[in-house]
Amino acid sequence: MDLHFGDSEPTDEERAAVDALLGPPQSSWEGADRDGTGPADLRWARGGRAARDRRDLLLPGLHAVNDRIGWISDGALDYLCRRLTVPPAEAYGVATFYALFSVKPRPRTVLHVCTDIACAPAGAADVLAAARDRLGPGSGVLVQSSPCLGLCERAPAALAVRAGETVRTAVAAPATPDAAVLAATAPESAPEEPAAAMAVPQAGRAELTLLRRVGVVDPASLDDYRAHGGYTALRRAFELGPAGVIREVTDSGLVGRGGAAFPTGVKWKATASQPDHPHFLVCNADESEPGTFKDRVLMEGDPYALVEAMTVAGYATGAHKGYLYLRGEYPRALRRMEHAVAQARSRGFLGEDVLGMGYAFDIEIRRGAGAYICGEETALFNSIEGRRGEPRSKPPFPVEKGLFGKPTAENNVETLVNVLPILTMGAPAYAAIGTGRSTGPKLFCVSGSVERPGVYELPFGATLGELLELAGVRDGLRAVLLGGAAGGFVRADELGIPLTFEGTREAGATLGSGVVMAFDDTVPLPRLLLRIAEFFRDESCGQCVPCRVGTVRQEEALHRIADRTGADAAGDIALLREVGRAMKDASICGLGQTAWNAVESAIDRLGAYK
Amino acid sequence: MTAIPLGVPRRLLEFTLDGQETRVPEGSTILDACRAAGKDVPTLCQGDTLEPKNACRVCVVEVEGARTLVPACSRKAEAGMRVRTDTERARHSRKVVLELLASSVDLSTTPNAAVWLKEYEAEPDRFGPDAARIDQEPRVDNDLYVRDLGKCVLCYKCVDACGDQWQNTFAISVAGRGFDARIAVEHDGPLTGSACVYCGNCVEVCPTGALSFKSEFDMRAAGTWDESRQTRTTTVCAYCGVGCNLTLHVQDNEIVKVTSPHDNPVTHGNLCIKGRFGYQHVQNRD
Repeated sequence: MDLHFGDSEPTDEERAAVDALLGPPQSSWEGADRDGTGPADLRWARGGRAARDRRDLLLPGLHAVNDRIGWISDGALDYLCRRLTVPPAEAYGVATFYALFSVKPRPRTVLHVCTDIACAPAGAADVLAAARDRLGPGSGVLVQSSPCLGLCERAPAALAVRAGETVRTAVAAPATPDAAVLAATAPESAPEEPAAAMAVPQAGRAELTLLRRVGVVDPASLDDYRAHGGYTALRRAFELGPAGVIREVTDSGLVGRGGAAFPTGVKWKATASQPDHPHFLVCNADESEPGTFKDRVLMEGDPYALVEAMTVAGYATGAHKGYLYLRGEYPRALRRMEHAVAQARSRGFLGEDVLGMGYAFDIEIRRGAGAYICGEETALFNSIEGRRGEPRSKPPFPVEKGLFGKPTAENNVETLVNVLPILTMGAPAYAAIGTGRSTGPKLFCVSGSVERPGVYELPFGATLGELLELAGVRDGLRAVLLGGAAGGFVRADELGIPLTFEGTREAGATLGSGVVMAFDDTVPLPRLLLRIAEFFRDESCGQCVPCRVGTVRQEEALHRIADRTGADAAGDIALLREVGRAMKDASICGLGQTAWNAVESAIDRLGAYK
Repeated sequence: MTAIPLGVPRRLLEFTLDGQETRVPEGSTILDACRAAGKDVPTLCQGDTLEPKNACRVCVVEVEGARTLVPACSRKAEAGMRVRTDTERARHSRKVVLELLASSVDLSTTPNAAVWLKEYEAEPDRFGPDAARIDQEPRVDNDLYVRDLGKCVLCYKCVDACGDQWQNTFAISVAGRGFDARIAVEHDGPLTGSACVYCGNCVEVCPTGALSFKSEFDMRAAGTWDESRQTRTTTVCAYCGVGCNLTLHVQDNEIVKVTSPHDNPVTHGNLCIKGRFGYQHVQNRD
């Protein structure tokens, strides 16, 4: 590859940030000072496959610069491209894809104020306005509105990120203007976030399965994890062998918890049986569906469980490398998982010879950079590979050609964590939980108009009403959003809906990723729908026309009818239906296909704009 | 004697296309089958010399049993598949996609756009006068070709032609996201500061005229561009020993643009800067 670079030079700080990740450059081909005499400069340039193989370090490299400087300059981008043999035009395309990066100068500190559907009714607009007012130009802080930060149980939420040699982050949730400004101006002295268990109202109860260790174990201690039953599932897996594990998972009836409900055993078997090697395991922890925060709580409260579950999944599918793609807006989950992976590695639970059983497995954590679309499995692969996070067309499916074009099993955090009880209690006992077609326990992210928002664990089959009662639903309930922005609304008189995949489907709704967001009658519905439409417009990757332009037209139409009802809105609603239908039918991926769901359900079920 | 590459013999597979049993070679796309059967399916981002990107979604067809419509350009025909190309559902999506495109970019130089808009009874104006458009001035920053992003449908063909599918120069990429996504060189600067080698292979594959030769752009601006008065003559480039085919587009005894036949088994429509732009000496008559 004959690359062309401009004249922009990196600053010393930018160079140091990249070198801290990649090591010092080996020759002037990679951007070192040219002395003209060294053998490396004269005779050697890393090229061909060896150079292209490092393309996947582009996203970590962009993070390294952005973390240190706060933005990515032309010089820094060019230097990173030189180091990785990546064309600058492509790297520019990648850097501009992600919301957390900037290719224009900005202050070192960015305050992300969530204005999404859980935070908006809780007063996010006031926090944003006050923060903007008090942190104007010259304050050293850039205030931005943000999509859902996954802190819905403590809405409204704000996240401050200060670039520097070590990145400082601080969370203000529930955010008052004072707390948000303090987090942004002095992230090092902002109060510590409450423990993950505070997001689990049922914490410590005996009937819990997935959440049983959250708030009970020390999330930093591997020994404590083992004292609470950790690593019994992996030992059981080694007894069963890979095929035995897949059989157990298949018999358990486990289906994916990320939203698509695909049978996990089928996916694992398909991956394991591929002749092409190596196989990869990818854990999707890019939890970005507005209203979803269960994976964050699991990773913050019981990080070793995910490490163990990924090891089991890797063992079953014949993978020796697992990638954990973790949402960029989850700094604490990242710290906890990094610590857990390092501990597990140093103690022989990861590495060349896991538990002395002759199986090699390791986990690499990759951080997202602000893109909802990267929760789509193939977009996530592209993101890890250092490309724009655009979905690929299927077929071929990931089990055949996934990450780096190799057979890949990709699972959501909650799905993987379910594998542990399947192995410890056995498939029949697990399958006895829940209903016949939706087996096992399920996590629900309850937020909005309830007394005790948080992550709840219930066996499949509980009704929506039972869940809301548990969470202490407030008076005046008008609607419940099931499944997040990509899901749909149900009415307050439909609380008998059983929370199962088949039950919600029969009711014309969706379980999605387990979002249950309650809205009372004080929330202006048109404003809420507009926020959902804005979300999809912002998060569309732009690859296919129905989604790229359709989400814009949807938002425009909802803007027009924000204050209209009846006949005045009928024309635009007809237009919305036509565009929505085309988005659902013709978009490449689930983002475009579901971008109209919530609006449609609000019109049809809730009678919005009537 | 010229050797004509025949390729590996392929098995035929059978599937149903609009109720008709159809046999196509294994590996054919639904679009290949449609074209072989003489059916008209509109396409924009599909290129005869490129891997299908299936980004425009204007070629969607209905496959029985599939939850969503599928792009004919990239979906391979499978034995036993039942495909319908002209259902109300497929036509609806094509119509809306055409409306979305026509309401957001300028399709005036897209061949067939007007015909398709009429055929599908598309009404791009119904999104209202305030519908967001990609309104950008054409970027004229060099003497050879012009980028008019107000006409760009983001089909990715230029990116693929510049990248690993043909040229391996990687001078352009899609930058930004969603409706703000644009084709750009590094740092979104002018072409002259980029890795561009001016082979013009991106212009060759552009389906909308968003990329056009400066000669054509200037003549269109002056109102003198008239394809009905142009002749096309395919000849051999004289610059080097490769012997690429050139098609000279001549109007009023002046070469106004150079393309290359896409079915050439060696070059597949690709040229270098010399063949594409180095024709001035032919018409220096002094």
